[in-house]
Amino acid sequence: MHMADALLTPAVAGTMYVCSGVAAGFSIKKIRAEEDEKKIPVMGVMGAFVFAAQMINFTIPGTGSSGHLCGGMLLSAVLGPEAGFLTMIGVLLVQCLLFADGGLLALGANVWNMAFYGCFVGGLLVFRYIMRKGMTRRRIIAASVLGSLLALQLGAFSVTLETLASGITELPFPVFLAAMQPIHLAIGLAEGLITAAVLVFIYEVRPELLWCCTNETKENKQNRLSYKVTIAVLAATAAVTGGLLSLAASSNPDGLEWSMEQVMGTAELEAGSSIHAAAESIQSAAALLPDYTWKNSEASSGTIFSGIVGGMIVIALCVSVCYLFRFFRKKKDALR
Amino acid sequence: MTKTEQAVKNIHITDDAGAGKGGIHPLSRLLVTFFYILAVVSYQNDHLTGLLGMVLYLVIQCTWYAIPVKVVIKRIWPVLLLVSMVGIANPLLDQREYMMVANIRITYGMISMLTLMLKGIFCVMASCILIMKTGMVQICCALRILRVPKELVTLLLLMHRYMIVLVQEIERMQQAYKLRAPGQRGLHIRSWGSFAGLLLLRSMDRAQEVYESMKLRGFQGNLQVFSAECSKTASILYGFIWGTGILLFRIFPVFPIVGHVLAF
Repeated sequence: MHMADALLTPAVAGTMYVCSGVAAGFSIKKIRAEEDEKKIPVMGVMGAFVFAAQMINFTIPGTGSSGHLCGGMLLSAVLGPEAGFLTMIGVLLVQCLLFADGGLLALGANVWNMAFYGCFVGGLLVFRYIMRKGMTRRRIIAASVLGSLLALQLGAFSVTLETLASGITELPFPVFLAAMQPIHLAIGLAEGLITAAVLVFIYEVRPELLWCCTNETKENKQNRLSYKVTIAVLAATAAVTGGLLSLAASSNPDGLEWSMEQVMGTAELEAGSSIHAAAESIQSAAALLPDYTWKNSEASSGTIFSGIVGGMIVIALCVSVCYLFRFFRKKKDALR
Repeated sequence: MTKTEQAVKNIHITDDAGAGKGGIHPLSRLLVTFFYILAVVSYQNDHLTGLLGMVLYLVIQCTWYAIPVKVVIKRIWPVLLLVSMVGIANPLLDQREYMMVANIRITYGMISMLTLMLKGIFCVMASCILIMKTGMVQICCALRILRVPKELVTLLLLMHRYMIVLVQEIERMQQAYKLRAPGQRGLHIRSWGSFAGLLLLRSMDRAQEVYESMKLRGFQGNLQVFSAECSKTASILYGFIWGTGILLFRIFPVFPIVGHVLAF
């Protein structure tokens, strides 16, 4: 996402320098207020770490391609958003000068597109909000993926706006946007997963290094949600979803039914063979709630009941499958 | 050459730069480069003839300081690719006729794409020349004179100093991984977290050691940078001559004027 100088006019580049400068000024003020002498050397080495980590190419399964870490979210999770932002400025400046990755004039725009969104939106808003009740593996993964996705989408949107404001391309705004956003969705997901993998590793090994780590985190690590509570929460969620939200379900045909109606003129195919007829009679005899209602009734209570029953059956099925897996895994381990 | 080897080489290129060669102050070089880039990007999309005049700065710099053009050109490709991707639609969408050359219709779209590519090339080359002639430490010195906060400058210096150490660390870790997983491209998904996480932990430990050793040497929050020996007169002259030259080329179409004078 590094923008080159040629993609910006001096006016747009200058505006972006001012915006990034304000954010940098705010960050420096915060760092100075902390009066932590140790912070700057740590930031320097962490900046070098991000730079070095960008040299590692991660295989993206099933695609034959590879990606690398960007670092904004990661730096925020370790150093905090302000220190992470300043470190990212350093990384971007070094990349621009030593590797011609992003222009000198476009530095303000690049800082805004990559460092600001990654550190302040991804780190300060998403990461801190999700971690407000303590740190867990799941929350780290959710925060990393969500933060990275959001940061990359906003960054890509800004690139589109800045390029169009500069009048560089003849591409219409919707076309340019359609070209930029989806690819950055995939990149954001990969970035989020890599960040999550690194942060989960740090969380397991040395959680005190993480920015949002509090004493609660260590307690949380021991008092994770019990199995029974998890099942109860899942059951309650299924009951609410199946019982109440099913009332709001659309009565229109689903995608497949709609397609069949368009092609064949009917949503249900006629099956003439005797095997089909036998299967249909068994199904109508066994089905407690055909078409999600009581038999021979249009009452909405049937819809609610079918939602709850369906949810419970699915949960029971999932739990049984999990038990089966555990049973076979234990057996396999015992044989080793 | 692997990515890490290339990175190490790129960092080494700037090691000896700015050690008083030519006697120009880094601030003068930085401001001239910034002014040049500003002038280049300020050209309109169809102002190709004017933009071509800007090549003179690069030619003189490369020749005067014997900068290896091959190294500079190598850095252009990624930028050229990016710029082309953005400008590729211009010839298709802007079909207005700009001129006819030997029965070939040149459109505004073609000109704007060419202008965009040239702008990209010129800006990257100018940045490359700056870093190759000045060096990171001297650029930090210039930034400090420009009142860039000392925290940011110290951060840059430390990053530059430890970058090479960590890149070499990565190289060792990658080599160890490759030896155990031959023929595999990149890291396997299962190793992502532990590999990068381990490097992060090592970096944090190193940061602690760095801080302790700096503290023992009297570190009080910022690193002092001093500019290399340079001539004040030469620096002012350098800034003045280049500044005027760039401004002149930006305002007047010098190449067409010279051509016109010589032809008639």
